[in-house]
Amino acid sequence: MMQIPCPWCGPRNATEFRHHGPHAPRPDPATASAEEWRRYLYLRPNPYGPVEETWYHAAGCRRFVSVIRDTFTNATQWSEGGPR
Amino acid sequence: MTSTERRPQHSRRLPPQQGEVIDRNRVLEFSWNGRRRSGYEGDTIISALAAAGEDVFSRSFKYHRPRGVLTATMHDPGCMLQVDDEPNVRAAHRLLRAGMRVSSQNTWPSLHLDLKAATQLGGRFLAPGFYYKTFMWPRVLWPVYERVLRQFVHAGRVEPQTRGEVYEKRNAHTDVLVVGGGPAGMAAALSAVQTGARVMLVEEEHQLGGHLRWADPAAAADLARQVLEADGIEVLTNATVAARYDGNWCAVVQRDPEPGMPERILKTRTQSLVVAPGLIERPYVFAGNDLPGVMLSSAARRLIGLHAVAPGERAVVLTANPEGDAAVEDLRRAGIEVAQVVDARTGGDVLRARGRKRLQAVELADGTTVEADLLVTATGWTAPTSLLNMSGVVPNYVPQAARFLPGAQPGAGIYGTGGLVGDGELNQLQNHGAAVGSHAAQYALQQRHAIAATVPTSLPAGGHPNAGTAPPMSSLPIPQHPELFRSSTHGIVDFSEDVSSRDLQSAVREGYDSAELAKRYTTVTMGPSQGKLELVNALAVIAEANGKTIAETGATTWRPMYTSVTLGALAGRNYDPVRYSELQPWHESHGAVPLVAGQWIRPERYGDPLVEVNSVRQGVGIIDVTPIGKLDLRGPDVPKLLNQLYVNKWSRLAVGRVRYGVMCAEDGVVFDDGVTARLDEEHYVMSTTSSGAGAVWEWVEEWLQTMHPDWQVHVTPLTTAYTSINVAGPHSRRLLSRLTAGVDLSAEAFGYMQVRTGRVAGVDDSILWRIGFTGELSYEIHVPASYGLHVWEALLHAGEDLGVRPFGVEAQRVLRLEKGHLIIGQDTDGLTKAYSAGLDWAVKLDKDDFAGKPELVWQREQGAGPQLVAIQPVDPRTVPEEAAQIILPTGRIGGRITSSRHSPTLGRSICLGQVERALSDPGTVLKIRLTDGRTVEGTVMPQLAHVDPEGNRLNNDTLPEETVEYAAPVARGPVVVQGQRTSIDDWQVSASQSSAPLTLADVSPLAKISVRAAPDGPIAESMPTGFGRVSPSGDGRLVVGSGPGEWMVLAEPGERAAVLDELREVTQTAEEHASVVDLTHGRALFQLMGESAPDLLAAVCAIDLSDDMVSDGAALRTSMAGVVTDLIRYDRGGIRRYLLHCERSSGRYLHSTLLDAGRSSGVTESGYPVSGPVLNS
Repeated sequence: MMQIPCPWCGPRNATEFRHHGPHAPRPDPATASAEEWRRYLYLRPNPYGPVEETWYHAAGCRRFVSVIRDTFTNATQWSEGGPR
Repeated sequence: MTSTERRPQHSRRLPPQQGEVIDRNRVLEFSWNGRRRSGYEGDTIISALAAAGEDVFSRSFKYHRPRGVLTATMHDPGCMLQVDDEPNVRAAHRLLRAGMRVSSQNTWPSLHLDLKAATQLGGRFLAPGFYYKTFMWPRVLWPVYERVLRQFVHAGRVEPQTRGEVYEKRNAHTDVLVVGGGPAGMAAALSAVQTGARVMLVEEEHQLGGHLRWADPAAAADLARQVLEADGIEVLTNATVAARYDGNWCAVVQRDPEPGMPERILKTRTQSLVVAPGLIERPYVFAGNDLPGVMLSSAARRLIGLHAVAPGERAVVLTANPEGDAAVEDLRRAGIEVAQVVDARTGGDVLRARGRKRLQAVELADGTTVEADLLVTATGWTAPTSLLNMSGVVPNYVPQAARFLPGAQPGAGIYGTGGLVGDGELNQLQNHGAAVGSHAAQYALQQRHAIAATVPTSLPAGGHPNAGTAPPMSSLPIPQHPELFRSSTHGIVDFSEDVSSRDLQSAVREGYDSAELAKRYTTVTMGPSQGKLELVNALAVIAEANGKTIAETGATTWRPMYTSVTLGALAGRNYDPVRYSELQPWHESHGAVPLVAGQWIRPERYGDPLVEVNSVRQGVGIIDVTPIGKLDLRGPDVPKLLNQLYVNKWSRLAVGRVRYGVMCAEDGVVFDDGVTARLDEEHYVMSTTSSGAGAVWEWVEEWLQTMHPDWQVHVTPLTTAYTSINVAGPHSRRLLSRLTAGVDLSAEAFGYMQVRTGRVAGVDDSILWRIGFTGELSYEIHVPASYGLHVWEALLHAGEDLGVRPFGVEAQRVLRLEKGHLIIGQDTDGLTKAYSAGLDWAVKLDKDDFAGKPELVWQREQGAGPQLVAIQPVDPRTVPEEAAQIILPTGRIGGRITSSRHSPTLGRSICLGQVERALSDPGTVLKIRLTDGRTVEGTVMPQLAHVDPEGNRLNNDTLPEETVEYAAPVARGPVVVQGQRTSIDDWQVSASQSSAPLTLADVSPLAKISVRAAPDGPIAESMPTGFGRVSPSGDGRLVVGSGPGEWMVLAEPGERAAVLDELREVTQTAEEHASVVDLTHGRALFQLMGESAPDLLAAVCAIDLSDDMVSDGAALRTSMAGVVTDLIRYDRGGIRRYLLHCERSSGRYLHSTLLDAGRSSGVTESGYPVSGPVLNS
């Protein structure tokens, strides 16, 4: 099973986390076009290689953490950016 | 049979052999196809049978050809037998036990007279694709075919009355996992442990030693002794590493790990994986190669060396390698006549094995025929690269080695050694193994250091052994071996599936020319041996038929599992968390029908739900609504949060008020609703649906953590900190007022949609909401959970004269449907946006922003989507099924019924439904298609409420009454106390005390106060400890760093009020946003004490609890048996102790699960430790 390196708890089994997908910043709803909102809601990149994702450590520290995961090898590492 | 009968027992047993594993002093009696046999302790079932002179054990899958020993290992395809009530036992591996009833399977009427073998004669008709081609047409005859074919199914007999066996899965952690206990694996394990690593060595067979056991028994014994004596190597024999997944997470399958447990899976996380499984000898393909008496050189040597069994009397040996030559020596030494040695290296070859039922003669390529009852072949090896494949290593075919060798390592932490990766003398194999073991250990220790540095529960570095420099790693020589796969005749390639080389050739001719296609068409490699014996031969035959090389043909993929694993082991123990309200035991003892609602077990009804409805409409009823989600929200920015999450407005909710709110996801789809109350200036309680409680909490945290970290709000789930009881009905005010103090319940003082806090039946800190889900005057009271049963019983007692009675979930559903209140997820679905749920009034598009706003703006502009409407069938007696379709005049589906019940109040059926907008006007007559095919009519109503649309029933002018006498409040823990009771404070606890070495006690009465503040602010500075550690503070309290910016202060039961006051004082005077929430009643707290506690926890928890990772004074949160649980290690008197706490409603489940998982560890239930303070001595 893949391990997710939680910056608070250390590496933990992926089943302790909920996957919140690749980083998808929320557009300002006051100015967002329908197209931008659609992209935010439904379109996700699925690159072959590293992608920055948000995981919620639901069964641990309950923090949203940012992780770079290689979609080919499932190798994971901390990400400096994003929510901690 | 008679000839077999006359043979003496042990007719084939040899005199003692140097490395034999049998104990001749211990004779085991068993039966074989109903006849008595005997063997020795240490025999496999097959070796005992072979010693008794048996040589036919089964009939083959398709042609029912007689089969005997081929490999004499677990993977021997002809040696799958029925043992007692267990089918498909790998009898060349399974050890003999006294009293076993062993029989052959797939034979009828008997092994030696198998009528099904007639299929051999028609073998031509069982060509590849036979079943596809023959039985698919005409389709109408398939049932007939099926009945006949079922007689031919290749499997044993499953007893309906099977034994009650226990299987389990456990978690395990190691630094270096060595797969294979041969010379290279043992050398790797020894050098790894010398480097300072923890080592687990897994061997598939019953002894360590690998091929040395018969090739060099003295060396095998010497190495095995060193391994078994080494401190720090955990040796598992009769176990298989069946799979490797991401992060070196390996499934180790242990067979017969303890009495009554056939299999167990160790979910093993290892830093380094050393794969040293050795090699599997490959059969040779020629006519008659599956006759009993034809076997591999390793099989003959095993039988002789390990079990002292003569594999035959007169042998022919086909050899292409030194192991084959050694087999000749072994046969001669055992006194078996070697009639001819055929050396394949000098052009010798075998054309055909002849015989009926067993080998009688061997026809050689030089035209001679030799009479023999044993043909031993040594024509090459298959490298079981399975685990390396699962790790990302690609195997390459090397022609001069005539086998696949693993390709480049994909990354650190994966290693191969031994025959799998190369060739060499014993010392070369050992040296390579030792170097690999040392590298693996070094890498593992580096990783362990790195993890320890990131884990807040570990001790400061220094406790870890540091690895030195590993010796240089050279590679083993590439083996040299002639490429020998098939003679000039055709024979069996896949012994499990009866696939011949001719079948494979015809598959290629028919166009199934790639390995993957031919595999699926012919089922080659798809039987129980899963390619271990036949893969390379199959590829060679396919390559030859295609005129290509094996390298060009490629290999099929090795996938988990490497060996067969029982379904029992894959299932393990059943860890399916269930949650109970405090009142569930009362419900059960009062005849409640249980209802499974998500994880919750709730009372569906106590009797007739319609009677329960009437009692609410006419008098007063009470219902346990504990599962309703409750979130405590504190901070100055709570209104901003509420405005962001709910579609309606929250800025002006006054203290003491309650408001209904609806939440939408960002796509505008309704996902939760509930009421939120403002208790104080900066203190709110939000309620959610029962099923949505977890998701809403996560949604709140997501907004606070990722989008608005600047907002000062602390969220604490309180769902089961309170027992929630809805008191509903015209007499509810009269009833509740008899028990309340400090709350004026009069209609003027406590209006609809208001909230008060006060004392109910003597219980302080209770919250009362006046809301109306049922459409009646009603109060939802939330009392601290430990007092739930006390208050419930007090209500029933105080309301006897009013006819109060409990009502269940079904009655509540009817009541709310009569009132037209929707249930999210029932009256809405995954596409229902707010304007389709009759919630137009709630959506405030003039707010700047809220979750889902853009989608709702567009939905309103377009007027799109169906509508939720109330429907009354024209025939009042017809109750349409929920999900019944609403049909348009065109015949198209125009909607569906979402809720439907008979209303006792109206005496007719009532419904809610989702319909297209064109059908939603009041008065529209709808056609409803019932599941029995009938169509009935229903009328769309002007509003959702069927009963009392004006809301008059929510108000009545009953007057509050005087308080009555009630029993003194009693608090209870989450685990029902059995036996003798005693009291701690006002808690009722179990008085029984256990002095067993491992005990589990419910210590829920301890005070549990949660503190929240910034992880690096002044309050954090003032706390004695941070995240991941615990620290005793003055007065016997324990401060637990339970999360980043989260502390839990534990104290003795009597200390609760004092601790609470003290902490509130600290947080109120602090220069930062901080909050204190009393979770004493919201958490179940258990004490697990004893040195073997980690063994028990390994069954339910995946954390490495070794001393350096989770030392004394550590705190962490993880999943235990599926429940999010806080684990605190706080040893007492030098004895290992864990304090475990989880949501109170999960406590009963966690408690019973720990007792169940710990049965083999001898865990004993103990009462509350009444003799003195629990936390500190």
